[in-house]
Amino acid sequence: MAENIIELVDLTKVYGTHTAVDHLNLTIRKGEVFALLGPNGAGKTTTILMMLGLTDPTSGSVRVCGIDSTTNPIEVKKRVGYLPENVGFYDDLTGLQNLLFTARLNSIPANEAMVKAEKLMEKVGLSDASGKKAGKYSRGMLQRLGLADVLIKNPEVIILDEPTLGIDPKGVKEFLELIVELSKEKGLTVLFCSHHLHQVQQVSDRVGLFVHGKLIAEGDIQTLSESLFAGSPYVIEAGINQAISVAKDLPGEKYTTGWLNGILKQIEGVVTIDIKDDVIRTECSRDATSDIAKALVEAGAGLNYLNRKEYGLDDIYYRYFEGGEDHE
Amino acid sequence: MIFTIAILKEVKIMNNIFYKNGTVFHPFRVIVQKEISDHVSSWRFIILISIIALTCFGSLYTALANISNVSKANDPDAAYLFLKLYTISDGTLPSFFVFVSFLGPLLGISLGFDTVNSEQNKGTLSRILSQPVHRDYLINAKFVASLTVISVLLFALGFLVMGLGLIMIGILPTPEEFLRIVFFILVSILYVAFWLNLAILFSVRFRQPATSALSCIAVWLFFTVFYNIIVNLIAKAIAPSEMATTHQVFRYQEIILTLMRILPSELYSEATTTLLMPSVRSLGPLTMEQIVGAIPGPLPLGQSLLLVWPQITGLIAATVLCFVISYVSFMRREVRSR
Repeated sequence: MAENIIELVDLTKVYGTHTAVDHLNLTIRKGEVFALLGPNGAGKTTTILMMLGLTDPTSGSVRVCGIDSTTNPIEVKKRVGYLPENVGFYDDLTGLQNLLFTARLNSIPANEAMVKAEKLMEKVGLSDASGKKAGKYSRGMLQRLGLADVLIKNPEVIILDEPTLGIDPKGVKEFLELIVELSKEKGLTVLFCSHHLHQVQQVSDRVGLFVHGKLIAEGDIQTLSESLFAGSPYVIEAGINQAISVAKDLPGEKYTTGWLNGILKQIEGVVTIDIKDDVIRTECSRDATSDIAKALVEAGAGLNYLNRKEYGLDDIYYRYFEGGEDHE
Repeated sequence: MIFTIAILKEVKIMNNIFYKNGTVFHPFRVIVQKEISDHVSSWRFIILISIIALTCFGSLYTALANISNVSKANDPDAAYLFLKLYTISDGTLPSFFVFVSFLGPLLGISLGFDTVNSEQNKGTLSRILSQPVHRDYLINAKFVASLTVISVLLFALGFLVMGLGLIMIGILPTPEEFLRIVFFILVSILYVAFWLNLAILFSVRFRQPATSALSCIAVWLFFTVFYNIIVNLIAKAIAPSEMATTHQVFRYQEIILTLMRILPSELYSEATTTLLMPSVRSLGPLTMEQIVGAIPGPLPLGQSLLLVWPQITGLIAATVLCFVISYVSFMRREVRSR
């Protein structure tokens, strides 16, 4: 499992003055489901094109399945299935004929190709539509046909560029589950490319965040949030029914910010405390929800609600991309 | 139409064979096969072939109606009666070879103008290129496929005219006549190939098929209509005075002819005229001294070929040039989806 199937070393692609991919280093292990996340124009597609040898890197090296994609793209393309963004098929051929054409391009013997194509059509749930012209397929059907098209050459790696584009939410979930199911079945390595993070969040083992041609973070979601939020991945929000006097710590006033701060600071793991009117927001390094509740109730602050927030990929994403746009 | 149906059947049989047995074709051949079957079964091709077949048979009809009038006693081409099927007309309908020179560009353009850009717009280009094929396979295969379709079509038409003429006039073509017709068809294929390559070039340059089709038609119109006007203007401007020497007139004629020979259609018509009318002995101006003493008689095939060799070379060069430009720009282009 530790075998690296995709290795990008110092990969750079420059278009004129614009650097699309900037010294990218990335390794993807065999059997992994990796999601490359980034906003539009981050250089994701360029990276994929370089992996397939469809465009030459300005510098750096790409190795897929141990083969250099720049010098030997044909061997790489034999092993890698690529589903481009907005995949298209020949409208006047049927779905099955489109698959057979791809099979022929991959030098799969005709009789074998027929069996395989029919099997794959069934797997992606298109067996009823296999005799229908591809021009009459819906967007979701095209994507599923695209998946079958990618799988017919028995790839070791499949690369899917924005696979969920244009599919309805229900279809997205089904489609992604289908991809993961099929890839696990065959032990494939999957590389997703997307800007819809919560869609791929559920199915990917590891995530890479890609902004302005740079990979700014990678790892599973847990590690990512830990590394990004500097040891305070938990945010606990508490609402109390006593008005807090913020202005001054008057001697007669019991419920002051200073007093609350004092109480909360004693709890282990609390990193920051932010009090605004009747809402207390704390960032903690561990799940301190119950301790905070206990402390507040014992102090008689009148706890209204308690809300524990865990950082999802969403927060990570927005945090980064907000930051990313600042630099522009 | 019969021809189209026959080809359609052939393609179907080929497909059936393909689906049943376990042979593996080279990817290049796979693309060529697909392209040919796409062309042949497309409406565009069926419409085109109907137009071309109709006009050709129309011209054959007028040729047959007039063939008895053209044989004059002192005509050096009289021995080549069969070739007249391709060249004579009574003025109502152009002859066969004029039709080919007129409709050939249309055929080439319509088969080529959406070669690359339609693949890109359909989103199939990046999918095909991510298969284990070299990038130039696609453009080469498409060129080969279109050229095959054109060759089959022109040979079929040329031979059909020959066959029908054989039945109608009952005279057998001599081996030389037959060879001349074969060469005529080959030159026609070359001429259509030039337009095909020009169309492929535009299909690589322009994203929209409509733009590339329009550009091709614009070039065609320019060459057929406006270029002649421009050459006429130049000719008037540089026309030598009446007092000019023979040498000056000769040079003037040469310049005009050279200007005209930039036109592929001019090259084509010179080449085909020479091939189909064996009495044509020179394509440039001749002085009186050169003509004096010459007995009007047909040239042998080898000499006719020698005479048009520069024209054929020019056509080949133009075709290759267009293909090279489109090849290079296609290879350099970065293929993204849609």
